[in-house]
Amino acid sequence: MSNLVSGQTGDWEVVIGMEVHAQVTSQAKLFSGSSTSFGAGPNENVSLVDAAMPGMLPVINEACVRQAVKTGLGLNAQINLYSVFDRKNYFYADLPQGYQISQFKHPVVGEGSLRIELGDGSAHDIGIERIHLEQDAGKSLHDQHPAKSYIDLNRSGVALMEIVSRPDLRSAEQAGAYIKKLRSILRYLGTCDGNMEEGSLRADVNVSVRRPGGPLGTRTETKNLNSVRFIMQAIDYEVERQIEVLESGGEIDQETRLFDTATGATRPMRSKEDAHDYRYFPDPDLLPLQLTEEFVADIRAALPELPDAIKARMIAEYGLSAYDASVLTEERETAAFYEAASENQDKKLVANWMTSELFGALNKAGHELSDSPVSPQELGRLVGLISDGTISGRIAKDVFAEMFASGRPAAEIIEEKGLKQVSDSSQIEALIDRVLADNADKVSEYRGGKDKLFGFFVGQTMKLSAGQANPAMVNELLRKKLDG
Amino acid sequence: MKPTYGRCSRWGIVAFASSLDQAGPFTRTVADSALMFASMAGHDAKDSTSANIALPDLNAAMQAGVKGMKIGVPSEYVIEGMDPSIIALWEQGQAWLRDAGAELVAVSLPHTRYALPAYYIIAPAEASSNLARYDGVRYGARLDNGGSLDDMYEATRAAGFGAEVQRRILIGTYALSAGYYDAYYLKAQKVRQLIRSDFDTVFATVDAILTPATPSAAFALGDKQDDPVTMYLNDVFTVPANLAGLPGISVPAGMSGAGLPLGLQVLTNTFREDTLYRVAACLEAQAGFTGLPPRHVLADR
Repeated sequence: MSNLVSGQTGDWEVVIGMEVHAQVTSQAKLFSGSSTSFGAGPNENVSLVDAAMPGMLPVINEACVRQAVKTGLGLNAQINLYSVFDRKNYFYADLPQGYQISQFKHPVVGEGSLRIELGDGSAHDIGIERIHLEQDAGKSLHDQHPAKSYIDLNRSGVALMEIVSRPDLRSAEQAGAYIKKLRSILRYLGTCDGNMEEGSLRADVNVSVRRPGGPLGTRTETKNLNSVRFIMQAIDYEVERQIEVLESGGEIDQETRLFDTATGATRPMRSKEDAHDYRYFPDPDLLPLQLTEEFVADIRAALPELPDAIKARMIAEYGLSAYDASVLTEERETAAFYEAASENQDKKLVANWMTSELFGALNKAGHELSDSPVSPQELGRLVGLISDGTISGRIAKDVFAEMFASGRPAAEIIEEKGLKQVSDSSQIEALIDRVLADNADKVSEYRGGKDKLFGFFVGQTMKLSAGQANPAMVNELLRKKLDG
Repeated sequence: MKPTYGRCSRWGIVAFASSLDQAGPFTRTVADSALMFASMAGHDAKDSTSANIALPDLNAAMQAGVKGMKIGVPSEYVIEGMDPSIIALWEQGQAWLRDAGAELVAVSLPHTRYALPAYYIIAPAEASSNLARYDGVRYGARLDNGGSLDDMYEATRAAGFGAEVQRRILIGTYALSAGYYDAYYLKAQKVRQLIRSDFDTVFATVDAILTPATPSAAFALGDKQDDPVTMYLNDVFTVPANLAGLPGISVPAGMSGAGLPLGLQVLTNTFREDTLYRVAACLEAQAGFTGLPPRHVLADR
């Protein structure tokens, strides 16, 4: 599939790199013991360190380092046993220290990669350049007072991982797939909750366009995008804008831009001329971070199975389609639900039931999988009852609807409503005899060569049994009676 | 007395230059200094640069005398125009230690002359960052002239910081700026390494180093404000140990021609404050320093 965009004067290639800020899942902040819980009242989660009280010193939170290393391993990245925390100096009202502690020259995680799959089935490996740990800043609230800004330092000092991609992305679609896959891996790893609405995952996108095969164009950076849709919209807007500027003889300014969620447009925030000089230098309050091989090995040994591996296993061992396997592994919770539901059951049948019936019902009810009224075990049991012939697939749909509505177990509903499948051949034969007797004319037609009527007889027999007759036996017995 | 960097927690101390800041006691006697130091020292988990190394027995050290010790005299600790009374005191100090049984040996610390410029890059660089928080938002007396946030920063910091502090913030900001970082800050850090390795080499053969504490006696309050380089030069003998993180002590040992007190400086290897106090106790005993500030200073109180 070509990713080229046609302009007035020819084709353009889009080049995108992303910097994703992922809030580290941890109890305490990166360099202080304050809580990281979301939703606390303003300035409730603030220690003297977070407020930059003179005389306070940062002490690294080992749990956050562990999370960054885990994330690096999950992205097949090199772990740097030696890394350094630097100060990034700039003035802003919600940055009480006057600098952010970050990692500049020596990040904790080096090069890795992440595989994305697109709607057309193509797969692309996107390079990860680095991951570093840094502090988040506080929040400025400009809408609380007509003349003043309020500052909430709850986020001040919270650990972030900045995950920097190579400029390997070639379209908004790829960028969307990248952020979704990254979010999925972070959630599998448990290193970031991935809640974009709460700001746990934010992206800056660097976009440029060039003639195919030509030198890289000047890029713009659109900051702080907090949804997959916004990321894709911002890229589309930038691509169109940049091509228009270039084709009308203009030049792209290397600048930082903001995305307007209301209009879907980007606008300049600050240009290169008044770009900050961050005056990075190693933070003298902290020693270089030195990790041992054992520390990394322990984290590696405890790494959970990741979506690509689970998907491959589902295809190879369970015989699932690539599509079903993709859907079932996109989220950690979905894969866990599936594994629990399909334990000792027909793997393919459970996959079908999950992707069609369960997801359909959840969608319709506006529920998340975590709120499913049908537990994985109960879904598994329902499928088991189909497999062992207790109920037909047709009846199972009704049973499922009842389970979904009431949360009751399948066996109970089947028992109560007498929905057990009829597999007694004499009972089924009696039904067939009635159908044939009532439709003598069609029997003659069938025997006269109108083969297609076979389905009609099956349908009538099933109907007469209120759907409870074992369909395989109906088929077999009908064939005997009509053809025998 | 300045302890080894990492001996005393910096937690609670308003930071100036974090990699150089180290709390130390000012006392009237060497024994008091040791007592204060022992109380202040110790590991602190709240300071990541704090060292977890046991304190040596200082009392035993102060009783031990310097007999059999090897003490280095660095040839580089002389500068042009140095007060002759200081050179004389230095020679006197060597004689005292020799009389007490120590062996005095000439040593070389070849990178000494680069210490002061390196210090005046590193210290202001760190200070420029450490003092950023006094911006009028949370710390520092805010001067709000009704303008933008940047206007408030400028007014607050211009009014709140004195001339010397502003000078150092400007020097430090410049030294860390894009395009100058390698030439200044990084170079200064390399010099710092060389200075440290000078000391490592010397401490492989001697127990302690004896130097003058300053190249001149104290200048008057408010003096040298227009001549910062001369003012900074007064630190020339003390900053090398600071850059190397070594412990050092200045023991009052004599008077200048103008009646101002002069000190002798003892330096030892990191975490060897016992050796430091051992030599200092000997110097104090030999010098029998009883000098008082000139009468008019006391009268002014």
